Amino acid sequence: MEFDVNIFVQQLVNPSYLSGAFLSVAVAVLSLILATAIGFAVALGRTSRIRIAQGVAGIYTWFFRAIPALLVLLIIWNALPQLFPVLRQDWFSPFIAAFIGLGIVEAAFMAEIIRSALLSIDEGQALAGRALGMSPVKVMLKVVLPQAIRTALPPTGNEFIGLVKFSSLASVISLQELLTTAQVGVNITFRYAEYYAAAIVYYLIIVSLLTLLQSYVEKKFVWTSRSKSKKPSILEPVGQGVQS
Amino acid sequence: MTHSGPEPMPETWSTNDPVLSVRNLHKSYQDQNVLRGVEFDIRQGQVKAVLGPSGSGKSTMLRLMALLEPADDGEIRLRGRRIGVREKASGAVALPERELAKERRDIGMVFQKFNLFPHLTACRNVMLGLTSVKGIHHKEAEEQAMAMLQRVGLSHRAGHFPSELSGGQQQRVAIARALVMNPDVLLFDEPTSALDPELVGEVLEVMESLANDGMTMIVVTHEVRFARRVADEVTLFDSGVIVEQATPDEFFDNPQHQRTRKFLSHVH
Repeated sequence: MEFDVNIFVQQLVNPSYLSGAFLSVAVAVLSLILATAIGFAVALGRTSRIRIAQGVAGIYTWFFRAIPALLVLLIIWNALPQLFPVLRQDWFSPFIAAFIGLGIVEAAFMAEIIRSALLSIDEGQALAGRALGMSPVKVMLKVVLPQAIRTALPPTGNEFIGLVKFSSLASVISLQELLTTAQVGVNITFRYAEYYAAAIVYYLIIVSLLTLLQSYVEKKFVWTSRSKSKKPSILEPVGQGVQS
Repeated sequence: MTHSGPEPMPETWSTNDPVLSVRNLHKSYQDQNVLRGVEFDIRQGQVKAVLGPSGSGKSTMLRLMALLEPADDGEIRLRGRRIGVREKASGAVALPERELAKERRDIGMVFQKFNLFPHLTACRNVMLGLTSVKGIHHKEAEEQAMAMLQRVGLSHRAGHFPSELSGGQQQRVAIARALVMNPDVLLFDEPTSALDPELVGEVLEVMESLANDGMTMIVVTHEVRFARRVADEVTLFDSGVIVEQATPDEFFDNPQHQRTRKFLSHVH
Protein backbone atom coordinates (compact mmCIF):
# COMPACT_ATOMS: atom_id res chain seq x y z
CA MET A 1 0.00 0.00 0.00
CA GLU A 2 1.45 3.36 -1.01
CA PHE A 3 0.92 6.72 0.66
CA ASP A 4 -2.14 8.16 -1.07
CA VAL A 5 -1.72 11.93 -1.23
CA ASN A 6 -5.34 12.37 -2.25
CA ILE A 7 -6.65 10.71 0.90
CA PHE A 8 -4.20 12.71 3.00
CA VAL A 9 -5.30 16.03 1.49
CA GLN A 10 -8.92 15.01 1.71
CA GLN A 11 -8.53 14.40 5.42
CA LEU A 12 -6.62 17.65 5.94
CA VAL A 13 -9.64 19.63 4.79
CA ASN A 14 -12.11 17.29 6.45
CA PRO A 15 -14.25 19.37 8.84
CA SER A 16 -14.22 16.60 11.45
CA TYR A 17 -10.45 17.09 11.88
CA LEU A 18 -11.01 20.77 12.37
CA SER A 19 -13.66 20.20 15.01
CA GLY A 20 -11.43 17.58 16.64
CA ALA A 21 -8.57 20.07 16.72
CA PHE A 22 -10.89 22.69 18.14
CA LEU A 23 -12.02 20.32 20.90
CA SER A 24 -8.41 19.48 21.77
CA VAL A 25 -7.47 23.15 22.07
CA ALA A 26 -10.67 23.98 23.97
CA VAL A 27 -10.04 21.19 26.50
CA ALA A 28 -6.43 22.39 26.87
CA VAL A 29 -7.43 26.04 27.36
CA LEU A 30 -10.16 25.32 29.89
CA SER A 31 -8.09 22.80 31.85
CA LEU A 32 -5.16 25.25 31.93
CA ILE A 33 -7.45 27.94 33.35
CA LEU A 34 -8.79 25.53 35.95
CA ALA A 35 -5.28 24.27 36.72
CA THR A 36 -3.98 27.83 37.16
CA ALA A 37 -6.81 28.71 39.54
CA ILE A 38 -6.40 25.58 41.68
CA GLY A 39 -2.62 25.70 41.29
CA PHE A 40 -2.50 29.28 42.59
CA ALA A 41 -4.48 28.30 45.67
CA VAL A 42 -2.25 25.27 46.23
CA ALA A 43 0.88 27.39 45.74
CA LEU A 44 -0.41 29.91 48.30
CA GLY A 45 -1.07 27.00 50.64
CA ARG A 46 2.41 25.61 50.20
CA THR A 47 4.04 28.99 50.86
CA SER A 48 1.65 29.77 53.71
CA ARG A 49 2.74 29.89 57.32
CA ILE A 50 -0.47 28.12 58.33
CA ARG A 51 0.27 24.46 58.97
CA ILE A 52 -3.12 23.14 57.80
CA ALA A 53 -2.89 25.05 54.52
CA GLN A 54 0.61 23.66 53.98
CA GLY A 55 -0.64 20.15 54.69
CA VAL A 56 -3.67 20.27 52.40
CA ALA A 57 -1.64 21.79 49.58
CA GLY A 58 1.14 19.26 50.08
CA ILE A 59 -1.27 16.33 49.95
CA TYR A 60 -2.93 17.69 46.81
CA THR A 61 0.39 17.96 45.00
CA TRP A 62 1.54 14.55 46.24
CA PHE A 63 -1.70 12.84 45.22
CA PHE A 64 -2.23 14.26 41.75
CA ARG A 65 1.40 14.05 40.74
CA ALA A 66 1.25 10.34 41.50
CA ILE A 67 -2.04 9.38 39.80
CA PRO A 68 -1.97 8.98 35.98
CA ALA A 69 -4.19 11.47 34.18
CA LEU A 70 -5.79 8.60 32.31
CA LEU A 71 -6.95 7.03 35.56
CA VAL A 72 -8.34 10.36 36.78
CA LEU A 73 -10.33 10.72 33.55
CA LEU A 74 -11.74 7.20 33.92
CA ILE A 75 -12.68 7.85 37.53
CA ILE A 76 -14.41 11.13 36.71
CA TRP A 77 -16.27 9.73 33.72
CA ASN A 78 -17.11 6.24 34.97
CA ALA A 79 -16.83 6.03 38.74
CA LEU A 80 -18.13 9.38 39.95
CA PRO A 81 -21.52 9.19 38.15
CA GLN A 82 -22.11 5.88 39.92
CA LEU A 83 -21.57 7.61 43.24
CA PHE A 84 -23.26 10.94 42.50
CA PRO A 85 -26.57 10.87 40.58
CA VAL A 86 -26.17 14.54 39.64
CA LEU A 87 -23.35 13.50 37.29
CA ARG A 88 -25.68 11.14 35.40
CA GLN A 89 -27.56 14.07 33.89
CA ASP A 90 -27.11 15.26 30.32
CA TRP A 91 -24.97 18.29 31.11
CA PHE A 92 -22.09 16.08 32.27
CA SER A 93 -20.48 15.55 28.86
CA PRO A 94 -17.13 13.95 28.00
CA PHE A 95 -15.89 17.47 27.28
CA ILE A 96 -16.65 18.70 30.80
CA ALA A 97 -15.26 15.52 32.36
CA ALA A 98 -12.10 15.86 30.27
CA PHE A 99 -11.28 19.45 31.13
CA ILE A 100 -12.07 19.00 34.82
CA GLY A 101 -10.02 15.81 35.00
CA LEU A 102 -7.02 17.23 33.16
CA GLY A 103 -7.39 20.51 35.07
CA ILE A 104 -7.17 18.99 38.52
CA VAL A 105 -4.21 16.81 37.56
CA GLU A 106 -2.43 19.70 35.86
CA ALA A 107 -3.06 21.91 38.90
CA ALA A 108 -0.49 19.90 40.86
CA PHE A 109 2.15 20.84 38.29
CA MET A 110 0.98 24.43 37.89
CA ALA A 111 1.16 24.79 41.67
CA GLU A 112 4.87 24.03 41.57
CA ILE A 113 5.43 26.48 38.71
CA ILE A 114 3.49 29.22 40.48
CA ARG A 115 5.14 28.48 43.81
CA SER A 116 8.64 28.79 42.42
CA ALA A 117 7.62 31.93 40.50
CA LEU A 118 6.29 33.52 43.70
CA LEU A 119 9.45 32.54 45.59
CA SER A 120 11.65 33.99 42.83
CA ILE A 121 10.41 37.53 43.53
CA ASP A 122 12.84 39.50 45.66
CA GLU A 123 11.65 39.92 49.24
CA GLY A 124 12.27 43.65 48.97
CA GLN A 125 9.36 43.92 46.54
CA ALA A 126 6.68 42.89 49.01
CA LEU A 127 8.50 44.89 51.67
CA ALA A 128 8.32 48.06 49.55
CA GLY A 129 4.62 47.47 48.87
CA ARG A 130 3.91 46.93 52.55
CA ALA A 131 5.91 50.02 53.48
CA LEU A 132 3.62 52.06 51.21
CA GLY A 133 0.68 50.84 53.23
CA MET A 134 -0.65 48.32 50.73
CA SER A 135 -2.86 45.55 52.07
CA PRO A 136 -1.66 41.95 51.66
CA VAL A 137 -4.09 41.42 48.76
CA LYS A 138 -2.87 44.57 46.99
CA VAL A 139 0.76 43.59 47.50
CA MET A 140 0.00 40.26 45.84
CA LEU A 141 -2.07 41.67 42.96
CA LYS A 142 -0.11 44.83 42.16
CA VAL A 143 3.45 43.96 43.09
CA VAL A 144 4.19 40.24 43.34
CA LEU A 145 1.88 38.64 40.78
CA PRO A 146 2.77 40.81 37.77
CA GLN A 147 6.40 39.87 38.32
CA ALA A 148 5.70 36.22 39.09
CA ILE A 149 3.67 35.85 35.90
CA ARG A 150 6.72 36.74 33.86
CA THR A 151 8.72 33.98 35.54
CA ALA A 152 5.88 31.49 35.20
CA LEU A 153 5.13 32.16 31.53
CA PRO A 154 7.73 29.96 29.79
CA PRO A 155 7.04 26.81 31.85
CA THR A 156 3.30 27.47 31.60
CA GLY A 157 3.65 27.55 27.82
CA ASN A 158 5.20 24.10 28.01
CA GLU A 159 2.37 22.84 30.19
CA PHE A 160 -0.18 24.28 27.77
CA ILE A 161 1.36 22.43 24.86
CA GLY A 162 1.47 19.32 27.01
CA LEU A 163 -2.24 19.71 27.73
CA VAL A 164 -3.10 19.89 24.02
CA LYS A 165 -1.43 16.51 23.65
CA PHE A 166 -2.85 15.14 26.89
CA SER A 167 -6.32 15.97 25.58
CA SER A 168 -5.89 12.89 23.37
CA LEU A 169 -6.27 10.83 26.55
CA ALA A 170 -9.90 11.94 26.57
CA SER A 171 -10.49 9.56 23.71
CA VAL A 172 -11.00 6.89 26.38
CA ILE A 173 -14.04 8.77 27.60
CA SER A 174 -15.33 9.10 24.04
CA LEU A 175 -14.44 12.73 23.43
CA GLN A 176 -14.13 13.32 19.68
CA GLU A 177 -10.86 15.22 19.91
CA LEU A 178 -8.18 15.31 17.27
CA LEU A 179 -6.55 11.92 17.77
CA THR A 180 -9.91 10.15 18.16
CA THR A 181 -10.98 11.69 14.85
CA ALA A 182 -7.95 10.18 13.16
CA GLN A 183 -8.48 6.85 14.88
CA VAL A 184 -12.11 6.64 13.82
CA GLY A 185 -11.07 7.23 10.20
CA VAL A 186 -8.38 4.57 10.47
CA ASN A 187 -10.83 2.04 11.86
CA ILE A 188 -13.02 2.42 8.78
CA THR A 189 -10.41 2.65 6.02
CA PHE A 190 -7.22 1.14 7.48
CA ARG A 191 -5.31 4.04 5.84
CA TYR A 192 -3.08 4.51 8.88
CA ALA A 193 -0.38 6.66 7.29
CA GLU A 194 -2.68 9.19 5.65
CA TYR A 195 -4.97 9.68 8.64
CA TYR A 196 -2.16 9.88 11.18
CA ALA A 197 -0.22 12.24 8.92
CA ALA A 198 -3.20 14.56 8.83
CA ALA A 199 -3.29 14.47 12.63
CA ILE A 200 0.43 15.30 12.74
CA VAL A 201 -0.14 18.34 10.54
CA TYR A 202 -2.91 19.57 12.83
CA TYR A 203 -0.83 19.11 15.99
CA LEU A 204 2.08 20.94 14.34
CA ILE A 205 -0.16 23.85 13.38
CA ILE A 206 -1.71 24.07 16.85
CA VAL A 207 1.63 23.98 18.68
CA SER A 208 3.21 26.47 16.26
CA LEU A 209 0.39 28.93 16.85
CA LEU A 210 0.70 28.45 20.61
CA THR A 211 4.45 29.05 20.43
CA LEU A 212 3.86 32.30 18.55
CA LEU A 213 1.22 33.32 21.07
CA GLN A 214 3.61 32.56 23.91
CA SER A 215 6.43 34.67 22.51
CA TYR A 216 3.96 37.47 21.90
CA VAL A 217 2.77 37.37 25.50
CA GLU A 218 6.32 37.13 26.82
CA LYS A 219 7.20 40.28 24.90
CA LYS A 220 4.46 42.07 26.81
CA PHE A 221 6.43 41.31 29.96
CA VAL A 222 9.69 42.90 28.86
CA TRP A 223 9.86 45.95 31.05
CA THR A 224 11.63 48.56 28.99
CA SER A 225 10.21 51.74 27.55
CA ARG A 226 11.77 50.97 24.18
CA SER A 227 9.74 47.80 23.62
CA LYS A 228 6.54 49.83 23.87
CA SER A 229 7.46 52.32 21.17
CA LYS A 230 9.03 49.78 18.83
CA LYS A 231 7.28 49.04 15.59
CA PRO A 232 5.05 45.99 15.84
CA SER A 233 7.01 42.84 15.11
CA ILE A 234 5.77 40.26 12.66
CA LEU A 235 4.60 38.13 15.56
CA GLU A 236 2.12 40.63 16.88
CA PRO A 237 -0.58 40.39 14.19
CA VAL A 238 -0.59 36.61 14.76
CA GLY A 239 -0.96 37.06 18.52
CA GLN A 240 -3.76 39.55 18.13
CA GLY A 241 -5.48 37.31 15.62
CA VAL A 242 -5.43 34.43 18.07
CA GLN A 243 -6.64 36.60 20.91
CA SER A 244 -9.56 38.22 19.12
CA MET B 1 21.00 53.01 79.82
CA THR B 2 24.12 54.98 79.02
CA HIS B 3 22.60 58.08 77.45
CA SER B 4 20.61 60.77 79.23
CA GLY B 5 17.17 59.60 80.28
CA PRO B 6 14.20 60.05 77.93
CA GLU B 7 11.33 62.33 78.74
CA PRO B 8 8.16 60.67 79.99
CA MET B 9 5.63 59.82 77.30
CA PRO B 10 3.11 62.67 76.93
CA GLU B 11 -0.58 61.93 77.42
CA THR B 12 -1.82 64.22 74.68
CA TRP B 13 0.17 65.17 71.63
CA SER B 14 1.08 68.72 70.69
CA THR B 15 3.29 69.90 67.85
CA ASN B 16 6.20 70.37 70.22
CA ASP B 17 6.11 66.72 71.19
CA PRO B 18 8.01 64.10 69.22
CA VAL B 19 6.39 63.07 65.93
CA LEU B 20 7.78 59.59 66.36
CA SER B 21 9.02 58.14 69.58
CA VAL B 22 10.25 54.77 70.65
CA ARG B 23 10.51 53.41 74.17
CA ASN B 24 12.29 50.34 75.50
CA LEU B 25 12.37 48.69 72.07
CA HIS B 26 13.54 45.08 72.09
CA LYS B 27 14.01 42.67 69.22
CA SER B 28 15.86 39.41 68.91
CA TYR B 29 16.30 36.90 66.11
CA GLN B 30 16.82 33.35 67.30
CA ASP B 31 19.25 33.83 70.20
CA GLN B 32 20.66 37.15 69.01
CA ASN B 33 19.52 40.31 70.78
CA VAL B 34 19.52 42.90 68.00
CA LEU B 35 17.78 45.67 69.93
CA ARG B 36 18.15 45.87 73.70
CA GLY B 37 15.98 48.68 74.98
CA VAL B 38 16.22 51.49 72.44
CA GLU B 39 14.79 54.92 73.29
CA PHE B 40 14.46 57.38 70.44
CA ASP B 41 12.52 60.58 69.70
CA ILE B 42 12.25 62.79 66.68
CA ARG B 43 10.44 66.12 66.47
CA GLN B 44 8.63 67.74 63.59
CA GLY B 45 11.11 68.92 60.97
CA GLN B 46 14.09 67.32 62.65
CA VAL B 47 16.72 65.31 60.80
CA LYS B 48 18.42 62.59 62.78
CA ALA B 49 21.38 60.67 61.46
CA VAL B 50 21.96 57.22 62.88
CA LEU B 51 25.48 55.87 62.69
CA GLY B 52 26.99 52.64 63.90
CA PRO B 53 28.80 49.52 62.80
CA SER B 54 27.03 46.89 60.68
CA GLY B 55 24.85 44.63 62.76
CA SER B 56 24.46 47.19 65.54
CA GLY B 57 20.67 47.16 65.13
CA LYS B 58 20.10 50.51 63.42
CA SER B 59 18.38 49.08 60.35
CA THR B 60 16.29 46.81 62.55
CA MET B 61 15.09 49.86 64.48
CA LEU B 62 13.91 51.43 61.20
CA ARG B 63 12.05 48.28 60.18
CA LEU B 64 10.30 48.16 63.52
CA MET B 65 9.44 51.86 63.30
CA ALA B 66 8.04 51.29 59.80
CA LEU B 67 5.92 48.45 61.25
CA LEU B 68 7.49 46.01 58.82
CA GLU B 69 8.38 43.70 61.68
CA PRO B 70 6.87 43.34 65.14
CA ALA B 71 8.84 44.38 68.21
CA ASP B 72 9.35 41.83 70.96
CA ASP B 73 8.81 44.50 73.58
CA GLY B 74 8.52 48.25 73.91
CA GLU B 75 6.35 50.82 72.22
CA ILE B 76 6.31 53.03 69.17
CA ARG B 77 4.21 56.19 69.07
CA LEU B 78 3.35 58.32 66.07
CA ARG B 79 2.02 61.77 67.00
CA GLY B 80 1.45 60.43 70.50
CA ARG B 81 -0.67 57.49 69.39
CA ARG B 82 0.66 54.02 69.94
CA ILE B 83 1.03 52.12 66.66
CA GLY B 84 1.55 48.52 65.63
CA VAL B 85 -0.51 47.08 68.45
CA ARG B 86 -3.96 47.11 69.93
CA GLU B 87 -3.90 47.84 73.63
CA LYS B 88 -6.03 45.47 75.64
CA ALA B 89 -6.51 44.98 79.33
CA SER B 90 -4.29 41.92 79.14
CA GLY B 91 -1.56 43.94 77.37
CA ALA B 92 -0.61 44.97 73.84
CA VAL B 93 -1.56 42.62 71.00
CA ALA B 94 0.08 42.89 67.58
CA LEU B 95 -2.31 44.16 64.91
CA PRO B 96 -3.17 41.92 61.97
CA GLU B 97 -1.33 42.73 58.72
CA ARG B 98 -4.32 44.49 57.19
CA GLU B 99 -4.56 46.92 60.11
CA LEU B 100 -0.81 47.46 60.14
CA ALA B 101 -1.02 48.39 56.46
CA LYS B 102 -3.24 51.35 57.31
CA GLU B 103 -0.84 52.63 59.96
CA ARG B 104 2.14 52.34 57.62
CA ARG B 105 0.73 55.02 55.30
CA ASP B 106 2.00 57.75 57.58
CA ILE B 107 5.56 56.45 57.71
CA GLY B 108 7.70 56.58 54.59
CA MET B 109 10.56 54.19 53.99
CA VAL B 110 13.48 54.36 51.57
CA PHE B 111 15.47 51.14 51.21
CA GLN B 112 19.14 50.50 50.66
CA LYS B 113 18.43 48.58 47.45
CA PHE B 114 15.69 50.98 46.26
CA ASN B 115 13.16 48.12 45.83
CA LEU B 116 11.48 49.87 42.93
CA PHE B 117 8.82 47.82 41.17
CA PRO B 118 10.56 46.65 37.98
CA HIS B 119 7.33 46.11 36.06
CA LEU B 120 6.24 49.74 36.42
CA THR B 121 7.63 52.95 34.95
CA ALA B 122 9.13 55.55 37.27
CA CYS B 123 5.86 57.47 37.18
CA ARG B 124 3.78 54.35 37.90
CA ASN B 125 6.08 53.44 40.77
CA VAL B 126 5.32 56.77 42.38
CA MET B 127 1.61 56.53 41.55
CA LEU B 128 0.99 53.05 42.95
CA GLY B 129 0.66 54.09 46.59
CA LEU B 130 -1.70 56.91 45.66
CA THR B 131 -4.01 54.78 43.52
CA SER B 132 -3.97 51.51 45.42
CA VAL B 133 -3.64 52.74 49.01
CA LYS B 134 -5.20 56.19 49.05
CA GLY B 135 -7.71 55.45 46.30
CA ILE B 136 -6.80 58.58 44.38
CA HIS B 137 -8.01 58.73 40.80
CA HIS B 138 -5.50 57.82 38.10
CA LYS B 139 -5.24 61.26 36.51
CA GLU B 140 -4.88 63.10 39.81
CA ALA B 141 -2.31 60.52 40.98
CA GLU B 142 -0.35 60.98 37.78
CA GLU B 143 -0.20 64.73 38.32
CA GLN B 144 0.99 64.33 41.90
CA ALA B 145 3.56 61.73 40.83
CA MET B 146 4.90 63.96 38.09
CA ALA B 147 5.21 66.85 40.51
CA MET B 148 7.11 64.62 42.91
CA LEU B 149 9.42 63.34 40.16
CA GLN B 150 10.12 66.94 39.27
CA ARG B 151 11.05 67.60 42.87
CA VAL B 152 13.71 64.87 42.73
CA GLY B 153 14.78 66.12 39.29
CA LEU B 154 13.52 63.19 37.26
CA SER B 155 10.41 64.33 35.42
CA HIS B 156 12.23 63.67 32.13
CA ARG B 157 12.62 59.98 33.10
CA ALA B 158 8.98 59.42 34.15
CA GLY B 159 8.25 56.94 31.35
CA HIS B 160 11.35 54.83 31.95
CA PHE B 161 11.44 51.53 33.74
CA PRO B 162 13.77 51.00 36.72
CA SER B 163 16.10 48.80 34.63
CA GLU B 164 16.70 51.83 32.42
CA LEU B 165 17.67 54.15 35.27
CA SER B 166 20.98 54.53 37.06
CA GLY B 167 21.18 53.55 40.72
CA GLY B 168 21.09 57.17 41.79
CA GLN B 169 18.04 57.83 39.65
CA GLN B 170 16.33 54.72 40.99
CA GLN B 171 16.90 55.84 44.56
CA ARG B 172 15.53 59.29 43.75
CA VAL B 173 12.40 57.68 42.30
CA ALA B 174 12.15 55.59 45.48
CA ILE B 175 12.34 58.79 47.54
CA ALA B 176 9.59 60.33 45.39
CA ARG B 177 7.50 57.17 45.86
CA ALA B 178 7.73 57.48 49.64
CA LEU B 179 7.35 61.26 49.65
CA VAL B 180 4.20 61.38 47.51
CA MET B 181 2.31 59.60 50.30
CA ASN B 182 2.90 62.69 52.42
CA PRO B 183 4.25 60.76 55.43
CA ASP B 184 4.73 62.24 58.90
CA VAL B 185 8.27 60.94 58.93
CA LEU B 186 10.59 59.55 56.29
CA LEU B 187 12.95 56.70 57.21
CA PHE B 188 16.10 56.10 55.16
CA ASP B 189 17.82 52.74 55.49
CA GLU B 190 21.38 53.30 54.22
CA PRO B 191 20.06 55.02 51.10
CA THR B 192 23.46 55.41 49.43
CA SER B 193 25.22 52.21 50.46
CA ALA B 194 24.29 50.31 47.30
CA LEU B 195 25.33 53.13 44.97
CA ASP B 196 28.47 53.64 42.94
CA PRO B 197 30.47 56.42 44.61
CA GLU B 198 29.85 58.91 41.81
CA LEU B 199 26.06 58.50 42.20
CA VAL B 200 25.94 59.11 45.95
CA GLY B 201 26.01 62.89 45.62
CA GLU B 202 22.77 63.28 43.64
CA VAL B 203 20.82 61.26 46.23
CA LEU B 204 22.29 63.14 49.19
CA GLU B 205 21.48 66.41 47.41
CA VAL B 206 17.81 65.45 47.15
CA MET B 207 17.77 64.41 50.80
CA GLU B 208 19.37 67.67 51.87
CA SER B 209 16.79 69.67 49.98
CA LEU B 210 14.02 67.68 51.69
CA ALA B 211 15.63 68.44 55.04
CA ASN B 212 15.73 72.12 54.17
CA ASP B 213 12.05 71.96 53.29
CA GLY B 214 11.30 70.78 56.82
CA MET B 215 10.77 67.06 56.25
CA THR B 216 11.11 64.94 59.37
CA MET B 217 13.78 62.37 58.58
CA ILE B 218 15.64 59.52 60.24
CA VAL B 219 18.67 58.56 58.18
CA VAL B 220 20.64 55.41 58.89
CA THR B 221 23.85 56.05 57.02
CA HIS B 222 27.59 55.65 56.73
CA GLU B 223 27.90 59.10 55.18
CA VAL B 224 29.57 60.92 58.04
CA ARG B 225 29.90 64.19 56.16
CA PHE B 226 26.22 64.21 55.32
CA ALA B 227 25.37 63.51 58.96
CA ARG B 228 27.53 66.40 60.04
CA ARG B 229 26.21 68.90 57.52
CA VAL B 230 22.49 68.05 57.38
CA ALA B 231 21.49 66.34 60.62
CA ASP B 232 20.20 68.18 63.67
CA GLU B 233 21.28 65.33 65.84
CA VAL B 234 23.57 62.36 65.41
CA THR B 235 23.04 59.02 67.12
CA LEU B 236 25.53 56.21 67.56
CA PHE B 237 24.21 52.66 67.75
CA ASP B 238 26.24 49.80 69.07
CA SER B 239 25.23 46.27 70.01
CA GLY B 240 21.54 47.07 70.05
CA VAL B 241 21.65 50.17 72.24
CA ILE B 242 22.11 53.87 71.64
CA VAL B 243 25.55 54.87 72.86
CA GLU B 244 25.51 58.58 72.20
CA GLN B 245 23.08 61.19 70.97
CA ALA B 246 24.29 64.74 70.37
CA THR B 247 24.34 67.66 67.97
CA PRO B 248 26.74 67.10 65.06
CA ASP B 249 29.32 69.49 66.46
CA GLU B 250 29.35 67.83 69.87
CA PHE B 251 29.17 64.36 68.41
CA PHE B 252 32.12 64.76 66.05
CA ASP B 253 34.27 67.27 67.93
CA ASN B 254 33.65 66.38 71.53
CA PRO B 255 32.16 62.89 71.85
CA GLN B 256 31.36 61.91 75.43
CA HIS B 257 31.80 58.18 75.09
CA GLN B 258 34.86 56.07 74.47
CA ARG B 259 32.82 53.93 72.04
CA THR B 260 32.00 56.97 69.93
CA ARG B 261 35.63 58.07 69.81
CA LYS B 262 36.64 54.61 68.70
CA PHE B 263 33.95 54.55 66.00
CA LEU B 264 34.93 57.97 64.71
CA SER B 265 38.60 57.01 64.57
CA HIS B 266 37.65 54.27 62.10
CA VAL B 267 35.44 56.31 59.82
CA HIS B 268 37.45 59.53 59.66
